[in-house]
Amino acid sequence: MLRVDKVRLGFDGFTLTADLTVAKGARLAVLGPSGGGKTTLLSIIAGFLRPDAGRVVIDGQDVTDRPVQDRPLSILFQEGNLFPHLAAFDNVALGVKPSLKLTENDRADVARALDQVGLGALGDRKPGDLSGGQRSRVALARMLLRRKPLALLDEPFAALDPGLRREMLALVGDLCTAEGLTLVMVSHDLRDAERLCTDLCLLEDGAIRLNGPLPALLADPPAPLTPWL
Amino acid sequence: MASRAQPISAGQRAGAAIAALVLLAVLGPLGAVLWRANALSGLGPADLSAIRFTIWQAFLSAAFSVALAVPVARALARRSFPGRGALIALMGAPFILPVIVAILGLITIFGRRGILNEGLVALGLPGLEIYGLHGVVLAHVFFNLPLAVRLFLQGWLAIPAERFRLAATLGFTPRDIARHMEWPMLRQVAPGAFLVIFLICTTSFAVALILGGGPRATTVELAIYQAFRYEFDLGRAAMLGLVQVSICIVAGLLVLRVAVPAAMGTGLDRPVERFDQQSRAQMSLDWLAITLAALFLMLPLLAVLMRGIGGVLTLPESVWAAAERSVVLSLATAALAVALALPMAMLIARGKARGVLETIGALSIAVSPLVIGTGLFLILRPYVNPSSSALPVTGLVNALAALPFLLRALVPAIEAAEAGYGPLADSLGMTGGQRLRHVLLPRIRRPLGFGAGLAAAMSMGDLGVITLFAAPQAGTLPLEMFRLMGAYRTDDAEAAALVLLVLSLALFWIFDRGGRVNAAS
Repeated sequence: MLRVDKVRLGFDGFTLTADLTVAKGARLAVLGPSGGGKTTLLSIIAGFLRPDAGRVVIDGQDVTDRPVQDRPLSILFQEGNLFPHLAAFDNVALGVKPSLKLTENDRADVARALDQVGLGALGDRKPGDLSGGQRSRVALARMLLRRKPLALLDEPFAALDPGLRREMLALVGDLCTAEGLTLVMVSHDLRDAERLCTDLCLLEDGAIRLNGPLPALLADPPAPLTPWL
Repeated sequence: MASRAQPISAGQRAGAAIAALVLLAVLGPLGAVLWRANALSGLGPADLSAIRFTIWQAFLSAAFSVALAVPVARALARRSFPGRGALIALMGAPFILPVIVAILGLITIFGRRGILNEGLVALGLPGLEIYGLHGVVLAHVFFNLPLAVRLFLQGWLAIPAERFRLAATLGFTPRDIARHMEWPMLRQVAPGAFLVIFLICTTSFAVALILGGGPRATTVELAIYQAFRYEFDLGRAAMLGLVQVSICIVAGLLVLRVAVPAAMGTGLDRPVERFDQQSRAQMSLDWLAITLAALFLMLPLLAVLMRGIGGVLTLPESVWAAAERSVVLSLATAALAVALALPMAMLIARGKARGVLETIGALSIAVSPLVIGTGLFLILRPYVNPSSSALPVTGLVNALAALPFLLRALVPAIEAAEAGYGPLADSLGMTGGQRLRHVLLPRIRRPLGFGAGLAAAMSMGDLGVITLFAAPQAGTLPLEMFRLMGAYRTDDAEAAALVLLVLSLALFWIFDRGGRVNAAS
């Protein structure tokens, strides 16, 4: 599904090298310290950064030279996922048509996506009138609506309290299963990864230290993983 | 910051005393003007047309500045090119640019025998007229377009970078970006920018003095000057002074109602990272906006530079004497402004009576320098010869005019220093002079140097109060230059302009630099 093929990118004295594969329907957690290269890796997959060498292949297609908007993926950022001046409904609708010129069908799709994340009644609220958890749900609804096979999550729930975060992770897991999405989630918390993901990759100093199925790694944690337990 | 349980120190008493003095220095002259205006002559038709003109030209100036700033700021926000940083820095220069120098430069380019008109005539087109409404608005746009550009540029850079990335993942076209991201920002920034520029332009004196005049292009400030200087009609000057204060207060209250972003902020030297595909037409429009803005801002100054340089060595002695007086005056003004601002800023940073103190600090904007000058003249007249007190009065008025800028620069720095090191200083029992020397001053050197430089440069270039009562042989350099222009001694005026420009920039640079050398970061 996703192949990061011998990718290398250097800037400001930092070099990231990565080579990994994510199977269709798998959920990969990218774990590592700040400055380790997690967000850089995600930016390369998304197309915000162009690697110096290597390829990014999604669904069998080389997308290395494709701009962000032409890649079959959706992203949830740490923050700033919503436009503050638009109601929740419009924020979700941007996922179908950025012009917001919606047909009846489009409106029904948006309403359904909001229902799926449990926000059916709150479509007319602006982000400022929603709680942190509800804002995350709005962003999630848009991701669903876009129907892109690959979902990238850049610690989108880091600002939520632990209880709410667990709830959101569970929701993401359910939705991924229901929609058959492949997921890459950046995190600095192994517990979060354990709740949602099937695979784990540990990224430190711009290099992959560990990469494998999560249950196996947890059953017999290798040395690099012990600080994260 | 909340006020701390601390005994009232000598420093705070000094701050309060200075605030009271400033209040007295602003309101006293206003009172004197009011008292003198006992025979308040009603407003004549000339006065009414001055009021109309003041508001109309300020409206046009603000509207053009804001409208033209949008494409320029947009282009600067999304293009990166060598010299971008320098161009943005140049946009901060109008604060320290002597008004009369810029006007002379504008006349050189846009005037009757200016470069532009000669080109138009050569093409067989009708020439442009720089005197009157056109010229006043042109000069105001020259000074305020850069301010508006900086405000908008800050707005663009304040759009979170993730939002541009989000827009890219959602496949936004440039049109969608304009609608969902840029338009909401513009709607937020534009009213504040418009009102600030409107307020600045209502107090315009030097521009109207040189490019305006006559029944159709006289501002209220200019009418005050004429009533005072030519007719010596104090009742009318007082009445007009009241009108001017009312206009400023109304405009000022409007400014306070909308949020005005800070224009002095740094960090404008990175372009916005965008991922949308941009058409060739947009690229060309951006480069056109950048080129035109750069030419508009730089050509007048280059003209002053080129034409002035030949005449500097043959300048009459009177110009050098005026230059000397101006340098001494602006150094004294900077010192006085700092002496007033520092204790007040420390008191404000302590969180005591903050609203009152900030209002006092901003009063000099509402009560125009010309009104304060007129009032001081009325107060001092029985005791001293007005023309011999011209320079001290000018210094005092200029220091008061610089006070709001200094406070704005100093208060946040002092707050940061107090928040970071105040408790430590308290625990060590550092108060008064020790605290000032060892805790505050090392940490506020940058804004202090910047503020003092601003005060010195503003005073150096000021052509306001000094016009009211300077004796012929005791004026400042801007006044001397104004006289040369009035006497059609263009070569000397151009050379004097160059000297004035260099001195203003040098004074600012020295103070600002002094604040940066070895400054604690």
